[in-house]
Amino acid sequence: MSGAAQNIIEVRGLRTQFGAQVVHDGLDLDVRRGEVLGVVGGSGTGKSVLLRTIIGLNRPAAGSVRVLGVDMLRAPRAERARVERSWGVLFQNGALFSSLTVQQNVEAPLREARDLGLDDADIAELARLRIAMAGLAPGAAAKMPAELSGGMRKRAGLARALALDPQILFLDEPTAGLDPIGAAAFDQLIGRLQRALGLTVFMVTHDLDSLNAVCDRIAVLAERRVLAVGTMEEMLAVDHPWVREYFHGPRARAALRAG
Amino acid sequence: MDEAQATILCEGDGSGARLRVRGALTLPGLAAARAELRRACARPGLRVVEFDLGALEGLDTAGAWLIASERARLERAGVTTRLAPPPARLRELLEAVTAAMPEAPPPPPRQGLAQRLAALGRGVESGALGALDALAFLGLTLARLGGALLRPRRLRMAALFSHMQQAGLNALPIVTLMGFLIGVVLAFQGATQLRRFGAEVFVVDLIAISALRELGALLTAIIVAGRSGSAFTAAIGSMKVNEEIDAMRALSLDPIETLALPRALALLLTLPVLSFLAMIAALAGGLLMSWIELGVSPGMFLERLHAQTDVKHFLVGISKAPVFALIIGVVGCHQGFLVGGSAESVGRRTTASVVIAIFSVIVADALFSVFFAELGI
Repeated sequence: MSGAAQNIIEVRGLRTQFGAQVVHDGLDLDVRRGEVLGVVGGSGTGKSVLLRTIIGLNRPAAGSVRVLGVDMLRAPRAERARVERSWGVLFQNGALFSSLTVQQNVEAPLREARDLGLDDADIAELARLRIAMAGLAPGAAAKMPAELSGGMRKRAGLARALALDPQILFLDEPTAGLDPIGAAAFDQLIGRLQRALGLTVFMVTHDLDSLNAVCDRIAVLAERRVLAVGTMEEMLAVDHPWVREYFHGPRARAALRAG
Repeated sequence: MDEAQATILCEGDGSGARLRVRGALTLPGLAAARAELRRACARPGLRVVEFDLGALEGLDTAGAWLIASERARLERAGVTTRLAPPPARLRELLEAVTAAMPEAPPPPPRQGLAQRLAALGRGVESGALGALDALAFLGLTLARLGGALLRPRRLRMAALFSHMQQAGLNALPIVTLMGFLIGVVLAFQGATQLRRFGAEVFVVDLIAISALRELGALLTAIIVAGRSGSAFTAAIGSMKVNEEIDAMRALSLDPIETLALPRALALLLTLPVLSFLAMIAALAGGLLMSWIELGVSPGMFLERLHAQTDVKHFLVGISKAPVFALIIGVVGCHQGFLVGGSAESVGRRTTASVVIAIFSVIVADALFSVFFAELGI
């Protein structure tokens, strides 16, 4: 297999700016099929902005974003829509529709995809399956998002992200705001789903335990570009002040020891 | 998905069938695959079905769900099913989905007479408790108002003036326009009726009494309830969603004193002024229309206004304005504090705020009418 076919996402020469503030400049990044890529970086280095740019919520000033071989900035609308259906996104706080129950939230993408020819009973049962696979008790399906705890909201968001059987899963700080036990359980859940469903996962995170537990490779964002990409071992060998500080700091050592 | 969609090959006869699934069993072709599966299994006298997934090339959770749910359906119908497992890379998925298969949810409870009665009772109870809660909030606001009047330093002047501008000054154009048009309509309607009796000049009494005594204050209150009461609810409700109210409590800032009091007080001070201006505008509109329609000259209009209309009508009208202001301010803020954690709740409470405020204003107006009639004013 050639290198290009292995890369499910290819970002080239990306430049993002808001007014005079340049967030990314000449950023290159590849995500390989079937891997879990963790994206780390200090606050304000544009990790979430990168995620939003790849999924098309931000338009970059320059550069190209190719997902599944489709140039997402220049391809016709229909082709973009086809690619968009092959990814699921979990936003930081779940971003559940607050006027719908959990069940209806998970059903929403299935209902929108009318060409699948599913009837109401199928949609309801597929949604229940997603909710169960995301590790929520069946009783949670009828609840409103406001009635859920932070961890349950993330699981419900994950169930919605998985609704259309995506190939790529985007996660924005999936374990932020969870207690260590909940975070570890969520890491395991992501790892299990990723293996079972053969997902490619793009994960923005600050959680060193997550990086250690589920990520195959890590990309470090600093100085407006991807400073280094590689496995945890490779990261430990990188000679850059911020990277060293990050991966050799006291918290990193603790996480590595535990891992 | 690059793989070809699934095709299902049915072999065997009599009581046994072997379903060979080829290609990819995924969400886009799910409905077609199921129709094919059902057709293959519809034969009467079928006892054993074997799902052969050995040639399967692709599978996603929807496809795995299809296999698991169809197997469960056949088993329920008394058919024995067997599974020749898919290639190793797809096996984990099939097992994970089969393990996670949810049970059918219990059917929703039947709505009997008892449940309906109970729901009605709960509705009445929550309505009564809500009214009690609003009354408590009114008391709390009045207590804070009293405290602020005793110690004026505690009053938030910047907030007060800002709300007076938004709820009062900025409402001026719409309120005066509304008043003017009401005067025009009264004169026009009055003229057509009174002309039949040759009593055109009484249109002045009609306009003056209805504008001063009733409509000036009432319609201004209704406009302000729609304009500012809703804004109070939405603003406080969004703060509640954003946990700003909790942050205030944690900083030992009293949210009622900081948020509700300046708003209620701003309405208390501006609504009488707005009502007064609405009355003047209504008289101006009536004067203009009487002149055009009935030939009652402005001089005659003003002379009759002076001679025939007692000042008590104005006093009755304007005395209602502070009460209406308090109702709108308290209902608007109270509904804001009742917002629960969601965006939808903000919308629901904003609607409730306007409906309750307008309804309460009209009820209060009716009570005022009875009260003044009893007093003979």
